[in-house]
Amino acid sequence: MLEIRNLHARIAESGTEIIRGLNLTVKAGEVAAIMGPNGSGKSTLSYILAGREDYEVTEGDILYNGESILELDPSERAAKGVFLAFQYPVEIPGVATMQFLKVAINEQRKARGEEELKTPDFMRLVKEKAGELKIDPDMLKRPLNVGFSGGEKKRAEILQMKLLEPKLCVLDETDSGLDIDALKIVSDGVNALRSPDRAIIVITHYQRLLEHIVPDSVHVLYKGQVIRSGDKELAAELEANGYADIIDAAA
Amino acid sequence: MNMQAKIQRTPAEQGLMDAFDALVSELPGDSAVTARRDRLMADFGDKGLPSRRIEAWHYTDLRTLLRAVPDHLPGETADEIDPVLAGSHVLPLIGGRYVEPREIEGLKVASFRDALSGGTATESLAPLREDDVIGRLNGAFVMDGYTLTLAAGSAPEKIMELQSVQNGGQAHGRFRLEAEAGSRATFLERHAGGEASGLTSSVSEIDLAEGVELVWIIVQERGLEDTHLAQLRAKLAADAKLTVYVINMGGKLVRQEVDVMVEGEGAHFDLRSINLLAGQSHTDLTLTLGHVVPNTTSEEIVRNVVLDRARGAFQGQIRVAREAQKTDAQMSCNSLLLSDDGEFDAKPELEIFADDVVCAHGATVDDLDPVHLFYLAARGVPEKIARALLIKGFVEELLDELDDEALSDALRERVENWLDAHV
Repeated sequence: MLEIRNLHARIAESGTEIIRGLNLTVKAGEVAAIMGPNGSGKSTLSYILAGREDYEVTEGDILYNGESILELDPSERAAKGVFLAFQYPVEIPGVATMQFLKVAINEQRKARGEEELKTPDFMRLVKEKAGELKIDPDMLKRPLNVGFSGGEKKRAEILQMKLLEPKLCVLDETDSGLDIDALKIVSDGVNALRSPDRAIIVITHYQRLLEHIVPDSVHVLYKGQVIRSGDKELAAELEANGYADIIDAAA
Repeated sequence: MNMQAKIQRTPAEQGLMDAFDALVSELPGDSAVTARRDRLMADFGDKGLPSRRIEAWHYTDLRTLLRAVPDHLPGETADEIDPVLAGSHVLPLIGGRYVEPREIEGLKVASFRDALSGGTATESLAPLREDDVIGRLNGAFVMDGYTLTLAAGSAPEKIMELQSVQNGGQAHGRFRLEAEAGSRATFLERHAGGEASGLTSSVSEIDLAEGVELVWIIVQERGLEDTHLAQLRAKLAADAKLTVYVINMGGKLVRQEVDVMVEGEGAHFDLRSINLLAGQSHTDLTLTLGHVVPNTTSEEIVRNVVLDRARGAFQGQIRVAREAQKTDAQMSCNSLLLSDDGEFDAKPELEIFADDVVCAHGATVDDLDPVHLFYLAARGVPEKIARALLIKGFVEELLDELDDEALSDALRERVENWLDAHV
């Protein structure tokens, strides 16, 4: 589903190279975890997948279902099924969460040539999915993410994911700022989305999240490259020994 | 030797003098009013229209901007229009003239023309200060308007919409409201125009007795060729609460002044303003706010969207008297500048003579936040739609604060229509 080939990318403004020859393949149905120390390029990778303009790809390619997505803008990628759950969901004053959800769903449907969802159907769908995530309906009347607690923001991200039903989900440090109950709710939400035609990339610092969302593969990112890949045992090894051994071995 | 160089009158200044001469015999009022009008016009003849050298008019050089004035004839008779919120009581000024209204419970309604003839309006014709050209011109020319008394303790459910509908020509109207103790109501002051070029002046005077809670919403939708000079004067007694909305989305040359005196302890004043500016228009919102007693509060939030070659200005003056300890006054002005040729000037002015007060002001001028745009794009919202959504959010946030949801929705619809047509 996703194939990243020898990707090099830098910050457009400063020219600082962050991704330095990254290779990664994630198949449909797979849950891949990407781990790595601070500054290894994890968040940058997630932004580049989503198409943020602040980064510039200088070499290599990103293939999604066999086609390069580098020339697509973020909204086109989203309509094709790429979804980034933000580490820091953006607060947008004045735009009610409900209104935003409706626009997002219908714009994606329009882009795919599908009919727009009628209001009653939309309301029913949101109510059902929000209930599964224990989201208070009143929260959806508030401006998007404004005044939401850390946990509410992350749950709102997962709600969007459930509603938009993307094919490639990238979760950037979704566990940060969550207490154990919220972590459980969010993880259950993600696990419910596991399916043979969907790939999920979980970016995280800690193994904690991976106890709830058990990955099929684990990849260690360091200085903009994947320096080691393995199965879920690799995450346990990192938790026990830290990154130093693996970094030394790769050097 | 006493030789003073006579300033050359501009065509607009001369036009106003001529219009007064032509009209003076028809203007209503007793002898005191007539004398007052003559004096106002003599002052106008001496001072003329204010140029940028007059500080209060620095961003709106009326002398240069007002090129000519239409004859003092109401233009094509415009009809009463549908109110912003269906079911409102409409009190229209059609072609500048009062229309006998239906009875409204709790509200006494009379024409301002009667007040001019009956000797109760003379004092209010005086300008607020030396540089108050709106008060001076309106005082000289005003023909009619509404005089309203909201009975003590009354709380009409429906909104009262004061309409000034004018297509071309000149009109000068006045709305006066005396809200007696403990009353509560929402008034909407609506200025609508047509295609013909018109000149209007409007002065509203509202007096809030103890404990009054009043919402006063100004919706300015004059025509694209119109000049609109307006002033709202408000006084707040103890524990009164006044919320003023100024929504500008029309006119070619517009100045709305808001002059508020917070005179009673425990009183609170809120100003929310949405200024939607497009084309080659010039729009000026000028606030002068005085806190003169202890323990009063105020908050002003101004949001501007600037397109095309439009220009806008907000001047916000807050004066806190030496006695006015524990004043809390907050003012902010945020502008979305969406065109390289647009301009918005914001000038806060705090004059604080008390030492135990909290006063703050801030102004920002930005394009849309790229982080917001990226977030929406990452959810599949194309850029054009994302921009529209963010611009609407930026201004509509202020409408969310209205308790009356139906009114808030009705205003939102008008704002969205404007944005859909212009962005």
